[in-house]
Order: sequence, then C-alpha cells, then structure tokens
Amino acid sequence: MVEQILEHPYTKFLRKAMMPHIWCPGCGNGVVLNCFVHALDELQMDLDKIVVVSGIGCIGRTAGYINTDSFHTTHGRALAFASGVKLANPELEVVVVSGDGDLFAIGGNHFIHAARRNIGVKVICANNFTYGMTGGQAGPTTPLESITTTSPYGNIEHPFNLVHLAAASGAVYVARWTNLHVRRLTQSIKKLMQKEGFGFVEVVSACPEIYGRYNKMRSGLEIMEWFKRASVVESFSDPAKAEITPERIPVGEFVDVEKLSFEKLLYEKISQINERALGKVS
Amino acid sequence: MPERIKHLPLDEKKTKPPKAEIHLIKDQCKGCNYCIEFCPRKVLEESQEINARGVYPPRIVDETKCALCGFCTAVCPDFAIYVTEKPCKEGC
Amino acid sequence: MSLKRTLLTGSHFMNGDVACAEGAMAAGCRFFAGYPITPATEIAEHLSQRMPEFGGIYIQMEDEIASMAAIIGASYAGLKAMTATSGPGFSLMQENIGLAVMTEAPCVVVDIMRGGPSTGQPTMPGQQDVMQARWGSHGDYGIIALSPSSVQEMFDLTVEAFNLAETYRVPTLLMGDEIVGHMWEKVVIPPPEKIKTINRKKPNVDPDKYEPFMPDDDLVPPMACFGEGYHFHASGLTHDEHGFPRTSSSEAQTKLVQRLCGKISMNVDKIVKVEEVMLDDAEIGVVAYGIVARAALSAVRKAREKGIKAGLLRPITLWPFPEKQVAKMAKKAKAIVVPEMNCGQMVREVERAAKETPVTFLGKLGEDPHTPAEILETIRRSC
Repeated sequence: MVEQILEHPYTKFLRKAMMPHIWCPGCGNGVVLNCFVHALDELQMDLDKIVVVSGIGCIGRTAGYINTDSFHTTHGRALAFASGVKLANPELEVVVVSGDGDLFAIGGNHFIHAARRNIGVKVICANNFTYGMTGGQAGPTTPLESITTTSPYGNIEHPFNLVHLAAASGAVYVARWTNLHVRRLTQSIKKLMQKEGFGFVEVVSACPEIYGRYNKMRSGLEIMEWFKRASVVESFSDPAKAEITPERIPVGEFVDVEKLSFEKLLYEKISQINERALGKVS
Repeated sequence: MPERIKHLPLDEKKTKPPKAEIHLIKDQCKGCNYCIEFCPRKVLEESQEINARGVYPPRIVDETKCALCGFCTAVCPDFAIYVTEKPCKEGC
Repeated sequence: MSLKRTLLTGSHFMNGDVACAEGAMAAGCRFFAGYPITPATEIAEHLSQRMPEFGGIYIQMEDEIASMAAIIGASYAGLKAMTATSGPGFSLMQENIGLAVMTEAPCVVVDIMRGGPSTGQPTMPGQQDVMQARWGSHGDYGIIALSPSSVQEMFDLTVEAFNLAETYRVPTLLMGDEIVGHMWEKVVIPPPEKIKTINRKKPNVDPDKYEPFMPDDDLVPPMACFGEGYHFHASGLTHDEHGFPRTSSSEAQTKLVQRLCGKISMNVDKIVKVEEVMLDDAEIGVVAYGIVARAALSAVRKAREKGIKAGLLRPITLWPFPEKQVAKMAKKAKAIVVPEMNCGQMVREVERAAKETPVTFLGKLGEDPHTPAEILETIRRSC
C-alpha cells in the first residue's frame, strides 16, 4: 500500500487496503477503472446504492478495488447474479464489469437473456481479445489469425461482433470505445448509468503483456498506436457492420433507444396484482 | 503564434490562463508511458530515476506549458498522476 | 383466478410441490428464480402465481445455473430466496452452490429427485442424488439437507430449511422425491403467528468497522446486505475476514475452509433431526428416509405384530448425517436394514456409524418404492 494514494482525487472510490492493483503496466483495465470512477465522480452518485459485480479474469478484480458493495462471482455468471440483485432491490444501481471471455463465452447465454429481458443492469466489457488471467488463450473475440496460447498457428475462429450481438439481443444502449477514447468513454459510461434498461459499453482494451506480446504489439504504447490508427468514429451506423479488424475499429454509440425496463414492468404487474388481491380493484 | 491564427483573442489581456499543478505519485507508476506519449503539449518525459517498482516514472519538463486538459489524469491506469489548477494568488 | 394475499391457513388437500411452495411463502421467501423441470415444475408454477400476491419476485431464468446465481444475488440484496429443480438441474447448480457456500449466502435449493442418471426417468421417483447433495460441488464444505416424507413435511421442512439457511448462512437443500412431490395429502397450515421464522444476523457495528466474514462464536458471521452502506466485498476466491482475496495464503485457506466445514459440524446437535419409532428395544433397526420411510414404518409395525422387535430411525436431516443416533441404535440392535431407491448411498453412512452391527442394503430402482412386504421380508431374514 502506497501512502500517496490518499491524495489522488479518486481515492474515495478505491479501497485503500487493496491498492496498488495487480494489473500490468499499461493494462487497459486500469484505464477502464479510471474512466468508470471518473464517470461516478461527475455523476455524484450515491456510493451506497452502487453494486459492482464482476466475473472471473483480470478485469474481475475490479470488484475488489472499487469502494462500493461488490461481489466477485463464478466464471460467466455475473449477469445472472446481477439480475437477482437488481430485481430484489431495484433502487440499487447494479454494474457488471467483466471481460470478453467471461461475458460472451461461458456467460454468453446469460448475456443474451439479460439483454432480451431489458433488465436494468449496466455492463462494461473490457474486450482485450484474450483470456489474460489464465495466460492468453483464444476467446470468442480473438481476431482471425491471432496467435494465442491455444491457437499457436493462428486463430481460425471468427470472432463475435459484440456491438451487433448486444444490439440484436435487445440492449437499449450500446457503445464501443477504446482505451484511448478516455473522454468519450467516460461520457458513455455516464449515459449508461443514467439509462433505463440494459446498457452495454464495450471497451477495446490493451493487454500488452499477453495479447500484445504474442501479436507483435509488445508494449501498451504500440497497442494504443493501433487504436489510434485503426479506430474510426461511426456512431449510429449499422451494428452489423461494426466488426473489429486489424485495419478498422469502428467506435461510437451504436444504439440509444427507450424501452421499458424489466424491473419496472415486473413491479407494475406486482402492484396491479396486489391491488386486486387486497380487494382494492375488482 | 501559429500561422493559422490571425488575431489573438479579444480578451487576451484580461483573462489569465489557468496554471496547472502536476502531481506525480512516483511509486504508483508502472512505467506504461501513456501520459508522456499522449500529452498534447509534451509536458512530460521519462525521467532517469528508477522508482520503487523498478521503472522510470515521468518527469515534468515544463509545468507552465500544461493546458490542464486532464488527459494524463484520465488515461493513467495506475492513478499515479493528476493535475489540479494552481490556486491563483493576486496578480498571478 | 382468485387472488389471496395471505397464507392458506387451514386444512387442505394438496400436492407436495404446492405444499413446498406454500411453505416458502410462509417462511418469508420473496424471491424465486427457477427453470421448468419435471417433477419440480409445479413449485415454479405455483410460485409464479403466489409471489406477486405477496409482492415477491418470480423469474424464470434461462437455465439452472442462472437460477442459482440469481438467488445468491437476491439473498445478498436482502431477500429470502429459493430455487427448485430435479437431478439434471441439480447437477448444473453445483458450481454455484459452491459459490453460495463460499460467500455464505442463505438460500434454499429444492431437489425433487427423479430416476437418473442423466435425463433418466423424469416422472419416476429416485433417491439417487443423496450423496451428490453432500459432495456435489468441488472443494471441502459443510451443507445441510432435509428429507421430507409426506406432503405435510414438504410444507414444514421448507419453513425449517429457510430457518436453517438464515441461521447458518448456508444453502440448505430440500431433497424430496417425485412421489412426495406429486402426491396429494392433507396439509394443515398454521396461522402466520404460529409459524416460527428466523432471519439472518445483522451487523451491529459501524460500516467502517464491519468485516463481512468475521465470525461470531457460532462460526457464523453477521450479514450486511447491498445498499445498506457497508461497502463490503464478497468473493468466491479464498478470502480473509475483510472479504478480500487471499489466493496465496495457506493460513487463509485453512482458516476459511475449516470454518465452512466447522459451521455445520460444530453445530450438528442443533441441526440434526430424526424420527424414532419403537427404537427403545429394537433388535432390527430400519433406517429409511423420504417416501421409502412410509413403507418402512408399515413394515416395522407388521414386524412387531409378528413378534419381531423392529424399530425405525428416519433421518429428517440427511446431512449432516445423524451419526450419533444411528450409532446409538446400532449398539442395541442385532442388525440394520437400509432400504433406498438407489444402488447404495446413505447405507454407506449407516455402515460407517453402525460399526460392527451388520447392515443389509435393500435397493430398488424404478417407478415403485419398496412395498412394506419387501422390507418385512428383509427384516425377517436379518433376525
């Protein structure tokens, strides 16, 4: 624990006993955490009402670092857990911070159903194209021909287009930014937190020690150079055409619509039924 | 003044640009160099002193050039750098 | 449909699954997440109607894994939560049962056992998940499992399961079987003030002094919930009292795992419940649970009519196993008979507790449980 963390303006959002965090130099997760607390700071949200749920992975450690009620679930089940929390107490702001493998491989089913139901859980996905914590295996978002520990000859599986998946599943807010777009990411997270229903923000993240090293981008700076070179802001373009390739990373806000959230519908129905049961309305 | 700017702002004499104070938490830094690379005014450079983690944290080249854009604060993965506005005393 | 916002106090003729659902409402359960599976579907269906009447939440999740995760979430958000399933779903839930154990989330999991393994015989009874209830999730832990053998017990033991879950902050399993779940019998539901419910211990320190996994003397930590200002962290990783991960510390692992096991094993005398019939002078002891205990009771009575000193020990708590009660019976008995609807699961625990006393296992698989005549025959041959 380093003494000077007490001076940083975001100290109150971080658990002093757990800092410094375990993430590598240049890790995109650090930038995601920074933008997230920046957004919370600007929104002046009541920290007592925020619950951060994370899955397994490097990004999963976020729940331990942020100074709110938090929970670190089993692999892939963050959204199911978060749905239980949100429905049990809709006053809570439930945020799921997790990775590409946790949310879309083992957790894929839970993701599409939570989006379909439009449960008011907010999802921030740090997509670093790999399973970093376990050493760099291929995952559902690993680009074609990437070298990973389980695709040593080049990945031959087509990756997901997460923005398309989220939009098609029914998310009401879908955005993608990279680690470099810190300001727009912060604004997106602010919008996400205030949106009713299921919102999804994908952050294309740097993993310099593992993904970068295996794929000719040996430092965080080189990955950020890739983001700078390849990203192109295409807000509200067709999510289906927003795949990430080495030459092109379409970023922006892709979906921003209004739809009644599941918990609102549920509680409306419960109060209707209650009134009938109490004999208030025949 | 860059060529494309033909006139100074009309209130240039009256407004005082904010002065920045850059705070480096040297031992938090892991040496990723994002702040150095992406500072629009090139206010930082890599220092020659190793910190407690065994990396070279940034060093302030010229604090007066800092525009308080806050990019370094926002991009640092380790919460090791932040800028604040220097409190303005009379006549600063 | 007629809506009632109250418990169904009074006498009813109802089906086991519905009695279980009513027991949940009586215990104060206000969150159910489940997935349809024969023969437990009726619990979900009944609760989808009753939960909203009480202002509770019913949700059908996308699979059993999500159901278990959701009830842990609801438990942490402050509600009493339950799910219901059968064998295949129970297997899916194991990882998250482990999460509930590790994060000490009170919840109730109902397993209406059916013929297995795999898809098996969905509409036929079985008692094949009994060992899985104890050892199903990976790692070492303690768990509580109850076994109802009548529709009335489906109601009573569901209430008991919630009380045990809240007292010991552990997922409590209710191991019914397809017959007890689907049969119809008389149930007497008491008025709400006569039903004893227990709520989890709450912390009585300030948020900045609160440690989420610091146990009291009974090895159970008081539980804060999300949104109460405690800003705590809970994790499935091995953790210390603060809740923070300690993945390299042998000391933390030893302390935590021993406490999770000890929570149950040290409180065994308060948790274990059995029914003893004619055991005082029994020479042949019969150990049976669930639906089989009904036939066993009849067989024991018939044996007594024939002059055989038989007695029945019915574990109501399957786990922790009633070792002391079985050992006590084994000292006086010449032989023990264990009828089960499987290939031999609880009988192993009985053999372990009975030590020298010979134990005969009577297994039966398929749609019918043992008949009293079959058990009587084995009792006679054990004399």
